[in-house]
Amino acid sequence: MTDLQWEHLSNQAIGAAGVVYFLALLAHLIEWSALRTVPVAAVARTVVRAPATAGAPPAQDGTVTASSAAAPPQESTRFRIEMFGRLALMLTVIACAAHLVAVVSRGLAADPNRVPWGNMYEFTITGSFVVTAGYLLLRKRYGLAWMGPIVTAIVLVLLMVAVLWLYSPIEPLTEALNSPWLVIHVMSAMVATGAFTLGGITSALYLVRARAEKRETEADHGYVARLPSLATLDRVSYRIHAFGFPVWTFAVLISGPIWAHQAWSSYWNWDPKEVCAFITWVVYAAYLHARATAGWRGRNAAILALIGVATLWFNFIGINYFSTTSQHSYASGAPAVSLRAH
Amino acid sequence: MTGSTNDPTDGPTTRPATGPTTGPTTGTVTEQPEDAAWKPSGDRDHHRRAGELTAREFLRWTWRQLTSMRTALVLLLLLALGAIPGSVIPQEGVDALKTQDWKTAHPHLTPIYDRLSLFSVYHSPWFAAIYLLLMISLVGCIVPRLLVYWRGYRQQPPPAPRNLTRLPDHASYTTSEEPGVVLERAARHLTRRHRLATSAPASELGSAEDGWVSGERGQLREAGNLLFHLSVLVVLVGFGIGSLFGYKGGVILVVGNGFSNSLTQYDDFDPGSLFDAAKMEPFCFTVHDFKVDWIQSGPRQGMARGFQAPLTYRTSCSGDRSTWSPERSYNLRVNHPLTIGGTQIFLIGHGYAPVITVRDGQGHKLYDGPTVFLPESSNFESFGVVKASGLKVGQDIGLEGLFYPTFALIDGDPVNVMGDDKNPTLSLLAYVGDLGLNTGVPQSVYEMDKAGMRELKKPDGKMFRVDLQRHETIQLPDGAGSVTFHGVKHWTRLQISRTPDVWLTLLGVVLALIGLLGSLFIRPRRVWVRARRSDGGTLVEVAALDRSGGGDLAPVLSTVVDSLRPGDDAAERPKELA
Ligand code: HEM
Repeated sequence: MTDLQWEHLSNQAIGAAGVVYFLALLAHLIEWSALRTVPVAAVARTVVRAPATAGAPPAQDGTVTASSAAAPPQESTRFRIEMFGRLALMLTVIACAAHLVAVVSRGLAADPNRVPWGNMYEFTITGSFVVTAGYLLLRKRYGLAWMGPIVTAIVLVLLMVAVLWLYSPIEPLTEALNSPWLVIHVMSAMVATGAFTLGGITSALYLVRARAEKRETEADHGYVARLPSLATLDRVSYRIHAFGFPVWTFAVLISGPIWAHQAWSSYWNWDPKEVCAFITWVVYAAYLHARATAGWRGRNAAILALIGVATLWFNFIGINYFSTTSQHSYASGAPAVSLRAH
Repeated sequence: MTGSTNDPTDGPTTRPATGPTTGPTTGTVTEQPEDAAWKPSGDRDHHRRAGELTAREFLRWTWRQLTSMRTALVLLLLLALGAIPGSVIPQEGVDALKTQDWKTAHPHLTPIYDRLSLFSVYHSPWFAAIYLLLMISLVGCIVPRLLVYWRGYRQQPPPAPRNLTRLPDHASYTTSEEPGVVLERAARHLTRRHRLATSAPASELGSAEDGWVSGERGQLREAGNLLFHLSVLVVLVGFGIGSLFGYKGGVILVVGNGFSNSLTQYDDFDPGSLFDAAKMEPFCFTVHDFKVDWIQSGPRQGMARGFQAPLTYRTSCSGDRSTWSPERSYNLRVNHPLTIGGTQIFLIGHGYAPVITVRDGQGHKLYDGPTVFLPESSNFESFGVVKASGLKVGQDIGLEGLFYPTFALIDGDPVNVMGDDKNPTLSLLAYVGDLGLNTGVPQSVYEMDKAGMRELKKPDGKMFRVDLQRHETIQLPDGAGSVTFHGVKHWTRLQISRTPDVWLTLLGVVLALIGLLGSLFIRPRRVWVRARRSDGGTLVEVAALDRSGGGDLAPVLSTVVDSLRPGDDAAERPKELA
C-alpha cells in the first residue's frame, strides 16, 4: 500500500471506530435504561459487576442471591439487559480494533514509517485508544463492566475533538522528535494517561456514589445503585492509580529528562509542559499520601485524583493554547506541535 | 488506636458495607492496623492548643506537626500550586525575550509580579521555602521510620488475635482432623512466603489441642517506601547541585567561525547562583559546515530534516599554542550532542547569514561580512538588521528587512517558496542618520533604534528598497553609498551547558522508581489460622489483614482455606460466619 492509501485507511478506520463507539454507547444506554426499572437485587450480579469476587469463598455469591427478596424481572427485560450488555461489549471490542488499525496505519502512512505520535491529533487518538484498551483488559479482573457507558462516551468525545479540531496531515517527525526516546517516553506517558483517565472515572463515580449514599435515598434502581460499593471503588481506583503513578514517574522524571537532555541540552528546563507534568506528578503523589492520611482518605483522595486528571489533560491539550513559550518544538521555528491558538 | 481510625471523616473505612453489590468481605479492606510503626505520629496531637504547652512541648509539637503526614500532604499540594504560575507566566530563565514582551504589554501588573518573583518562580524565596519545608518534613518523617523499621524487621509477627471472627476478612469451618494436623499444615503452607510465629514450637505444634499460626509477608513494602523517600532527597540534592553550580549558554555561530569557551563568547548566558567562571572547561571548536536535507518532492516538499554540523574541537586551547590538545572532529546533530569533559554542546537551531558589504558615498567600506538573520517562519523567511557605523556622526547607514532563501514573484507579490537557498534574495529598507552606537547603551544586534535615522526615498519621493540577488550591488539614493550582496552562509545556534553531578540525580530517580514499585506493589499482609477442638470436630478459623489498603482479601482467604484441606478429604466447605 502507498502512504496515501495508509492515510486514507487510517482516516476511515477512525471514522468507523467513532461510529461503532457510538453504537456501543447506545447499547449501553439501552442496557442501563432497562435496568432502571429493575431493582438491583433482582438481576444476576454478573450483569453489572463481573467477577470481582471470583475466587471468593463460594458461600458469598449464594448468600447474596438468596437474599434477593424482590420479584424477578420479566423474562423479556432480563433478556434485553443481557443482550444489550453483551452487544455493547462486543461493539466496544470492534471499535477498539478499528481504533488500533487507525493508529497503526497512521504510523505506516508516514515516510519514513514512524510511531504515530508526532502531533496532537496522533497523541489524542493513541491516548484514547489506550483508555479503551485498558478498560477492556482490566474489565474482567477488576469487574469494570459498570464503566462501559462512561468509557465509550469519553473516548467518543476525545475522538470527535481529535478529528474536528486537532486533525493535521501526516508529516515526517521534526528532527528533535526523531529519537528512540520518543518511543519510550511517549509510550509510557500515554499508558499512564490512559490509566489515570480510568482511575479518574472510578474516583468520579466514587464521589457520585458517596453523595447518593449521604442523601440516604439509597436507591434500589438505576446506575448509581449498581456501582460497586464505595470500598471497592476506592480500591479499584487506588490500584489503577498505583499502576499509573510509577509509569508516569518513569515518563516524566526519567525518560523525559534524558531525552530533553539530548535534544535541548538541559534535562529539566522548567518548560511549561514539564512544569505541568510535574504538577500532575505531585498531585498524584498527594493522592497516594491522602489515601494513607486520616481525614483525607476516601472523598478527599478522590477529589485529588480528579484534580490529577484535570491537570493531566490540561497539560495534554490546554498548554498548547495557553502557553507560547513551550519548547516542545524544534528551535528553528517549525512547531513540533502544529496546534496553535490563532 | 491511632488517630486516623478515630476520625469521623474517615470515609469508607468506618462505614458499614452497604448496597447489595457488596460482598460481605469486601467492605472494610482499607482498615488500617493498630501499629504505630505504620503511622506517622503527628496526627494524634493536632487538637491540642499551643497555648497550653511549655516551650519545649511547643517545639516538640511543632516538630510533630511539621513531620506529620498531613503536613506533607499540604506541602505537596502547595508545591503543585506554587509551580502553576511558572507554567502560565513567561519565565526569565526560560525565555527572556517573551518575558520582556509580556512586561511591555502589561505595564501595571509588572511591578506587582516582579515583587512576587513571578517571572522567576523557581528561584523565588517563597518557592524555596516550600521546597525546604518539604525537605525538612521528609527528613523528619523518614529518619524515625527508618529506625522503627530497623528495629521491627527482626521481630516475630505478633500472635493471632483471640477472636479471629471479629476481623473483617475471615472464614471458618469444622473438620474431623486433629487441630495439630491442621496447624502443621498451615505452618507448612505459610512458610513459603511468610515469616511465621506459632503458638507452640514446631516440634510440639502437631500435638496441640488449641493453637494458632500467624504469618506475615510483604515487609519490603516499607523498605520500598523508605527507599523512595530517601531517593527523593537524593534527587533534590542532585538537582540543587546541578542548578547551583552549573550553567547554560547559547551562541549563534556563522559556519567557518570558531568558539572558545569563555564568558565573553556567549550571546546569552544563564549561570547557577554558585557558578564559578574559573571552572569553565578550556575547550574550543570551529564549525566547518552545515548541511540540511531538504525534501525535494512529494507533499512534504520544502521541509527540512537531517541537520548536520561537522566541527573540529580541542579539549584544551588555553595558553600557548604548543600546549593545545590535539584536534578532533565530530559531526554534531540534533539529539547527538558533543561531550567535552563535563560540558555538552548541542545543535538546537540554524538559519542564514547573508554576506553584505556597505560603503559610504566616498566608497569607504563601512561594513563587511556575514550578518545573522533570524528565521521568522518554518520556511526560513528571515529578518535582520545591518548597522554600518559611518565615518562621521550622522552618516551611519542602517538596513532592515527580509531575506528570502528561495525568492519568487507570484502575481506580483514576493514569496518565499522554501527553506533551501535556491534563489537567495534580500529586500531591505535603507536609513541614514545616527544609530546611537556610541551612546554606551547596549543594543540588540537584531533591532535598529530608528530615533535618529531617516528612511531613504527615491528622488521622486517614492519608496526605495534594497532588492538584491547574489553578487549584485545597488547604489543608495542621495549618494549615501552602496550595498553589495555577495552570497549566503549558514549559521548554527548552539547551546552549551554544564550540569555537575547529573549522575546523582539520575541515580536518585532510578532508585526512587525502584522503591516506588516496591512500595506500591508489595502487599503487606498478615494471615492467621486458629484451630481448636469443638463439639463434633475441630473448628478452624482463618483471617487475613491487608496493611496497604489496596488488596482484595477474599481470594487470599480462599487460597489459605484450600491449602488447609487435606487432599480430597471430606472436609466441609468453609462458610461465612458474618
Ligand atoms: C517530595 C516529597 C514527597 C513525595 C514526592 C512523596 C511521595 C510519596 C508517594 C508517591 C507515596 C506512595 C507510596 C505508597 O503508597 O506506599 C508516599 C507514601 C508515603 N509518604 Fe511520601 N512523599 C513525599 C514526602 C513525604 C513526607 C514529607 C512524609 C512525612 C510526613 C511522607 C510520608 C509518607 C508515608 C508515611 C507514606 C506511606 C503511606 C502508606 O503507608 O501507604 N512523604 N509518598
